[in-house]
Amino acid sequence: MHIPDKPTLHKAKDPHTELADHHAVDHLKKDDHGHDHGASHGSVKSYLIGFALSVILTAIPFALTMMKVLPSQMLVPVILILGVVQILVHLHYFLHMDTSSSQVWNNAAFVFTAIILGILIIGTIWVMTHLNHNMHPGMMAGGMG
Amino acid sequence: MSSPVAELHEDPLLRFIFGKLDINSVPWHDPIIMGAGFGMVSAAVLVIGLTTYFKKWGYVWSEWLTSVDHKKIGVMYVILALIMLLRGFADALMMRAQQALASAGGAGYLPPDHFDQIFTAHGVIMIFFVAMPLVIGLMNIIMPLQIGARDVAFPYLNSLSFWFTVAGAILVNVSLVVGEFAHTGWLAYAPLSGIEFSPGVGVDYYLWALQISGLGTTLSGVNLIATIFKMRAPGMTLMRMPIFTWTSLAANILIVAAFPILTVTLALLTLDRYLGMHFFTNDGGGNAMLYVNLIWAWGHPEVYILVLPAFGIFSEIVATFSRKRLFGYDGMVYATMCIALLSFLVWLHHFFTMGAGADVNAFFGITTMIISIPTGVKVFNWLFTMYRGRVRLELPMLWTLGFIITFVIGGATGVMLAIPGADFVLHNSVFLIAHFHNVIIGGVLFGCIAGLNYWFPKAFGFKLHTGLGKVSFWCWLIGFYVAFMPLYVLGLMGMTRRLSHMDNPIWQQYLIVAAIGALIIAVGIAAQIAQIVWSVIKRDELRDETGDPWDGRTLEWATSSPPPFYNFAVTPAIGNHDSFWDAKQTGQAYVQPESYAPIHMPRNTATGLLIGLISVPLGFALIWHIWWLAIASFVAMVGIAIAHTFNEDRDYYVQPDEIKAIEDARFAKLKTEA
Amino acid sequence: MSPHPANPVDALKDELKSAYDHNPNDAHDTDDHHHQDEAAKVTLGFWIYLMSDCLIFATLFATFAVLKDATAGGPNGRELFDLSFVAFETALLLLSSLTFGLSMISMQANKLKGTIGWLAVTGLLGLGFMGMEIYEFNHLIHEGAGPDRSAFLSAFFTLVGTHGLHVTSGLVWMGVMFVHLFRRGLTPANRIRMMELSLFWHFLDIIWIGVFSIVYLMGAA
Repeated sequence: MHIPDKPTLHKAKDPHTELADHHAVDHLKKDDHGHDHGASHGSVKSYLIGFALSVILTAIPFALTMMKVLPSQMLVPVILILGVVQILVHLHYFLHMDTSSSQVWNNAAFVFTAIILGILIIGTIWVMTHLNHNMHPGMMAGGMG
Repeated sequence: MSSPVAELHEDPLLRFIFGKLDINSVPWHDPIIMGAGFGMVSAAVLVIGLTTYFKKWGYVWSEWLTSVDHKKIGVMYVILALIMLLRGFADALMMRAQQALASAGGAGYLPPDHFDQIFTAHGVIMIFFVAMPLVIGLMNIIMPLQIGARDVAFPYLNSLSFWFTVAGAILVNVSLVVGEFAHTGWLAYAPLSGIEFSPGVGVDYYLWALQISGLGTTLSGVNLIATIFKMRAPGMTLMRMPIFTWTSLAANILIVAAFPILTVTLALLTLDRYLGMHFFTNDGGGNAMLYVNLIWAWGHPEVYILVLPAFGIFSEIVATFSRKRLFGYDGMVYATMCIALLSFLVWLHHFFTMGAGADVNAFFGITTMIISIPTGVKVFNWLFTMYRGRVRLELPMLWTLGFIITFVIGGATGVMLAIPGADFVLHNSVFLIAHFHNVIIGGVLFGCIAGLNYWFPKAFGFKLHTGLGKVSFWCWLIGFYVAFMPLYVLGLMGMTRRLSHMDNPIWQQYLIVAAIGALIIAVGIAAQIAQIVWSVIKRDELRDETGDPWDGRTLEWATSSPPPFYNFAVTPAIGNHDSFWDAKQTGQAYVQPESYAPIHMPRNTATGLLIGLISVPLGFALIWHIWWLAIASFVAMVGIAIAHTFNEDRDYYVQPDEIKAIEDARFAKLKTEA
Repeated sequence: MSPHPANPVDALKDELKSAYDHNPNDAHDTDDHHHQDEAAKVTLGFWIYLMSDCLIFATLFATFAVLKDATAGGPNGRELFDLSFVAFETALLLLSSLTFGLSMISMQANKLKGTIGWLAVTGLLGLGFMGMEIYEFNHLIHEGAGPDRSAFLSAFFTLVGTHGLHVTSGLVWMGVMFVHLFRRGLTPANRIRMMELSLFWHFLDIIWIGVFSIVYLMGAA
């Protein structure tokens, strides 16, 4: 099963063999070398779009909170939803996450982390709410600790 | 011995220089502690003296201490684990002796204060400094070989991880002599572990030892995941990876996902203790139940971090010694990944009795029972692999059979504990102690010893002695049952855990039996040490020149034993998960290539060793509030790490001539063997 | 796994052959591929580290969520937080994400001066952010709302402070990065370092979105 390396063969096959400095960036996030990914590293334009979207998505919840136009029950979900949307904007425009095959492990790790994060935060809040309710009635009112 | 509560130096200069440390921090008058301390120091002096006498420092430095070779780092992990096993087991013997002596109203020989430190140290050492380094050591030695890699993804980081683990172990051992260890139990529940109820340095030793070694573990997890994803030999798709590699992947994913929770939980307790914060205190709005919640959100995945690699070891062994392809490879992979995810959904079963209520308890009871399904799938896969196989009862296979029976019993008592109603009776009893020793000894420890017997010839080029190995196996197996079955009974009779003194003659007879069981295990451990020593002496008789002493199936057996530092002269191509077996069947194994290409290898570096060892004074200074030393150590560590980024001479190419010479020698030996 | 055909030995030979013919991620040792493999490996490793760091913050957020009402008679978020101050901090950090992006674009265009210049602007914005955070902490402590006042304040200081410590290490890293860039320019190794530093910096901005949403805005809502 020992088959000798054939470096010359790979040289002929690979379009990026010359690895000029300005190509190096193209390779940075890639683990396959089949096609060109230059676009996914962002241009001035895509960074500006991401920035503008983030400014808007930050300004809205700040304005809503500071001007107290919404009741608290409605404001909290709005803040959370806009926060999640802005995180997605950052992931796409600043961290250049996309669904290309080269990022499959990065994406898998991210999805797994998101699941664990959800389990940990939601689970902890659920468990602790019940525990506090049953065992620490004072804490529910706030400020009694 | 009394708890050395901070008696601060009155002189501000002395307080600046020594923090809380003074001459009375060492319990000079305690014969047990001084004896143990004397033993440890003499052992260290002996090792250093022998190394100096035989002028081996150059060899030790360049071949081991500064090595970034995954095989050598793995071997050092295993050595660390075996040394710490002796310490942890000595604690176990002391506890069994105390409970046997002091259960019918006797005084025993240990004051409660010392007994508390012993059960805490036993748990901490066995989990963090025996089981973890054993598992991580075996993954380090074998996994890169199984995927046909030359080393791990980040060899220098690997060395750093190892030395952080060593630093944590050193701190735990220092606590034996200088100051005290925690009295709190291995998870240091708050508020007992808070500054109000544990004002001494014991909990601080616990916190910093675990933070430093935990950092090493997390980095190691990152490293091994990147290795598996990026460094597999060509053709080795995920579903062609050997099962041990799969379970290593699952365990490392769990490490990276779970250890941050431990880091934060311990950090919050540290902030409570050092800066007067109120996360888990009784006053100021703190919530001790949150500590229990968070520590188990790490603690349950931790159990699977340990046992999943052991499952992988058994899978490799069962297939090899039954001379059959593993039954249900795909099922095994899916079961492993299911267990990995489910392990994050069961943590509350460790505190059913804390009061979360019926619906929360029901949810976590059900998820816990569900975990037994993929685990059951694995057990049946092992049984069906053996079914109609030509089973060879070599040592690794003996341990595997002992495991299957023992682990099924432990799993069954676990399902009992998963029923919240039953748990209200069994919680905190020695029934629980019997259960988790049943799965950790029967699962993790048997797995690691099976792995040691199985892979020892790969790492060193000669087998371990069979006769002494059998003595060890039977002593461990019988000793385990004699030691822990009485605890199941005692638990049902109502005996709670961690009792230093009792007055119940009916319990005493069971505790005496349990102590005898512990002594039988001690014989087993002695036989193990004898097995290693004797095998080293008789290594020429036990030598294996083929690199494949068991007629193995996976890639690690394709190279020589011990493997050359570059592992494989040419990167192998993979067609299946039993790739080496297939190559032997098709006559493609043992074919020497005509020429070799240069091999790219990392250079040794002392950086990991230095940073790791400087973390010892860092931890010590933080424990004793010696702030100048803490700052100096931290700055030194960061400085060395930054300096390392300026080192550009990190790798080199091994030239074809050198490779050819090594490989020619191997193929010449293979010819004479044949 | 694919089912085995009638003759397993032939099937295996075929499989071995095809495995070699199209290597999905060939681990070879020639120099031209070396940097690229190294970059892919380091980026994945660094990404996995970031994921574990993300779970550090997740644990801190969970802790904050549990303890946010445990004010022990002390001040709560509504009384303490100055949202326009936080909005300014947020603006600095967001702007620094943009300027880091511009630094990366300069690097792709092989412009060393632009890379260093935009990185310096990023560093200044980060310093400004840290200055504001230290001011806020100092102010709260002087008002008697320090981390030892209540569980809520312990959780607040620890969560926000951990983010601040990360920003500080990012700034130290930038300092080292300048030295690397001045010494060697845009070498492959430095490009990898810049790539990881930018991931780190953008990651911290994402964590900050969680902080201002959950801690400050929801605390004031």
